[in-house]
Parts: sequence; C-alpha cells; structure tokens
Amino acid sequence: MDLITPGLGLVFWSLITFFILLVVLKKFAWKPILGAVDERESGIKNALEAADKARKEMENLKADNERILNEARAEREAMLKDARDIKNKMVSDAKEEAQLQATKMIAQAQEAIENEKRVAMAELKNHVATLSIEIAEKVVRQELGSKDKQLELVESMLGDARLN
Amino acid sequence: MCTFARNLEQGIFKLFIMTLNTLRAVLFLVFSVAITNFGFAAQDNEDQDKGFNATEMIMHHVKDAHEFHIVDWDNKPISIPLPIILFTDNGLTTFMSSEFHHDDSGSTIVEKNGERFVKYHEKIYQLEPGVNTLTFDEELHPNNAATPLDFSITKNVFMMWVSVILLFIIFISAARKYSKSNNNIPRGVASYVEPLVVFIRDEVAIPMIGENKYKRYMPFLLTVFFFIWINNIFGLIPILNGANVSGNIAFTLSLALFTFFIVMFNGNKNYWKHIFWMPGVPVPMKLFLMPIEIIGMFVKPFSLTIRLFANITAGHIIILSLMSLIFTFQSVAIAPVSVGFSLFILIIEIVVVAIQAYIFTVLSALYIGMATAEDHH
Repeated sequence: MDLITPGLGLVFWSLITFFILLVVLKKFAWKPILGAVDERESGIKNALEAADKARKEMENLKADNERILNEARAEREAMLKDARDIKNKMVSDAKEEAQLQATKMIAQAQEAIENEKRVAMAELKNHVATLSIEIAEKVVRQELGSKDKQLELVESMLGDARLN
Repeated sequence: MCTFARNLEQGIFKLFIMTLNTLRAVLFLVFSVAITNFGFAAQDNEDQDKGFNATEMIMHHVKDAHEFHIVDWDNKPISIPLPIILFTDNGLTTFMSSEFHHDDSGSTIVEKNGERFVKYHEKIYQLEPGVNTLTFDEELHPNNAATPLDFSITKNVFMMWVSVILLFIIFISAARKYSKSNNNIPRGVASYVEPLVVFIRDEVAIPMIGENKYKRYMPFLLTVFFFIWINNIFGLIPILNGANVSGNIAFTLSLALFTFFIVMFNGNKNYWKHIFWMPGVPVPMKLFLMPIEIIGMFVKPFSLTIRLFANITAGHIIILSLMSLIFTFQSVAIAPVSVGFSLFILIIEIVVVAIQAYIFTVLSALYIGMATAEDHH
C-alpha cells in the first residue's frame, strides 16, 4: 500500500523545502523576533531592577529625612527651652536688680530728707531765736520808753525776785 | 506551589490530549470498519451500477496526486495541472500533468523523447517499447513497464510551497514590525506571532533542552512547529482538503529525518556513552542494552514519522468517511448526520492539528535535549 510507503519525490522536495524554509526563516524571522523579545525582556528586567533599586534608595532617603527632621525638631525644642530659661533668668535678675536699686534709692532719699529736715530745723531755730530777740528788744524798747515804765518793770522784777 | 500548579496544568493537558486521541481512535475504528465494508460492498456492486466507492474516494483524497484536482463539474474534472519531472534511464523528462487528460487508469499514453508514460493509480510507469496496456503480476509489480524516479511537483509539493510562501509572509512581516517599532513592541501580526514563539521557547525549548543550550535549536523547533501546523490547517480547509501534506508519510519522514540528524550531529560524548556503553550497570547489562539503545536511536524518528502521519491521515479519513455516508446510502436524509458529525470532528481536528504540531516539536526538543544533556551521575 503506497499510503504508508514514502514517495522518493516528496521526501526529496520536503527535505529541500524544509531546509530552505529553515534557513530563510532563521535569518529573516526567528533571529529578529527572538532578538527583539530577548532585548525587551532584558529591558523590562533591568527596568524592574532599577525601579527596585530606586525604591530602596527612596526608602533610605526617606528614613534619612525622617531622622534629620527628628534631630532638627529636638534641636529646636532644646533651643527654645534654653531661650525660655535665659529669658526667665534675665527677667528675674532684672527684677532683683531693680528691687535692690529701688531700696537703695529710697534709703538715700530718706537720709537726704532727714538731713534737710535737720538743717531746716536748725535754721528755723536760729530764725526763731533771732526773731524772739528782735521782738523782745522791740518789746523792751517799747516798754521801757518812759521812766515810769522802767521803774514799774524794775519794781515787778524786784517783786518777783523778792518773792523768790 | 508554582511547580505544583504547573504540573497539574500539564497533567490536565495530557489527559485532555489522551481523551481526544481515544475519542478519535474509536471513531476512526468505527468508521474505517464501516467504510471498508461499504467500500467493498460498493466495489462488489461496481460492475453492476458503477456506484460510489468510498474507499477509492478517500484514498484518492488522502494520497498525493500529480494534478491538483479541485472539483468535478458536469462529469468533467476541473484541476490545476502540475509539472511532472521524471528521471528515466535516458535522463530527465518533464511535461505537464494535463497531458494525461485526467486519466489515472493507465490508458492515456504520453510520449516524450521516444519514451512512453502512463499514469496508473497516481504512479507513473514507463512502458516498454511496443506495449500499450499495463499489466501487473501478483505482487502488483508491473510486468511490462519500468518505474522511473518521480520528482514531480505533486499536489503536496505544490501545497507545501504555498504554505512556505504564507509562512514567509507571516513571519518576515512579523519580524519587520519589530525593526519598525523603536522599542520592540509587537504590533499587528507580530502580536499574534510573539505569544506562539514565546510559548515554544518557554514551554518547549527551555524545559526540554535547558536554559544554556536551547538557543541553538530554537530556529529548528519554531520552523518545524509552524510548518507542521500550517500544513495541518491547510489540510482542514475543504477546497484544499485533497492536499494532505502533513498526513503524507514522506513529509513526516523528512521532518523526522531532520530531528534525527540534528540529534546525530549534536549528540555529546555523554549521549553516545549511554548508547554504546551504558554507565553504571554491569558489563553483561551494557552488552544487552547496547542493541536496544541503537534500535531506540532509529525508533525515535520513526515514531515521530508515524505519529504525525497517522493522526492527520486518520482525521482526514474520518471526515471523508462521514461525508461518504451520504453517497453510500444515496440518501439526502443522512446528510444532517454526516454534516453534524463532520463539524464535530472538524472542531476536534482544529485542536488536534495544533496539538500534533506541538507534540512533534516537543518530542524533537526532548530528543535533542537527551542528546545534549550533561552527565549528571
């Protein structure tokens, strides 16, 4: 049965045809297609790796940023605290100083007032004494203007003295 | 987990193929028995009413021919004449098949350069001088004619070349799409071709041959896969149905020969050692295994040849048998059954033609992989 006996002619043509097909497709189809697929796949692989790397770098960067931010925040906190402390100290120092100064000034003023008072008193005393003498002189001059009055006075005085 | 899923998938796939093949085998058996009976019955009646002979019709469609017969119109065959190329004792003789005037019974004699040829059952015989009718002995060898070497461009060769042209158009234009796009994005036909190419690479070449060596064999595997597949598909198209290229044993043998020679030329030391002096077994066993391994070397391509031939031819025979039922029973009433069953088988065949191309490719890759595997003892 020639259904199952291969014909020489067809074997010959099949071999030649397949060989030509193989050579032509290898050069003009499989090489470019497989090359393109390979190239794209390696491109995708590289891109994925690069993305992964970038993501990791990003994470590192983010962690760094976080750390720096935290540090900055802590520093600010410390600086603010310092500033507050300094302010408080300055205020309280100033207050103390002012208090001291005021007390001192008040004491000086009181002393000055005392001195002035004393001087004024002494002067007043002198004035009063002078004034008294003048008044007494005038009174005496008035009283003793006439002979009678002089005598009267002497009399009274003598009377006083006698009484004593 | 991933490998498990993959194994499961492959297992299901194998089961599916097995079921399909079993189904086809059963149908094939049923119909070949039925048709042979009807065929013989028809042959018995042939003398009386020249009735329809299913066996003859099917064989005519399944086998190769010297002209591309398309249809009989008004009892006259319409066909494409093809060149006939013969090597006789006197050298090359060529003429067109139309010179036989569609005769296949050996009655039309074509005379060229003093040589006389007849065509009988798609075989060309060179008649001895003075002989006008062909006679055969009991073993069906011609008594009075020589058989010249026949290198004709037959129907199958013609269809094979059509498929080659189509393959060139598809794949070269697909390759062009890549060089046109600037970042290797597949467009147009390339987006259909690429998944198949990648499938052959990832599911056939790499698992069977290995990551390091598969590249060298990719062109062969791809070419063989698409060549078989497209010829299988051509076989399913009714108007081209006569051209049963991939169901012709000469064609499958040629492809298997390629696999065979690739294995022969690429087999490494390790492969030959396993054939001639199996390592790791006692000497008597080595002597016992050697002939088995040598036979195995030839059985592998032989199995490739037979598997593809038988599967594709069987599919053709089933469909043609179903169609023959209409003419055997000479009743239009049977037509819906025939058409329905044919449609069913055709749908299965669409899957089968792809699977057979795949199996041929996988086994070729497997044989190549076995021949190039590194020693792992």
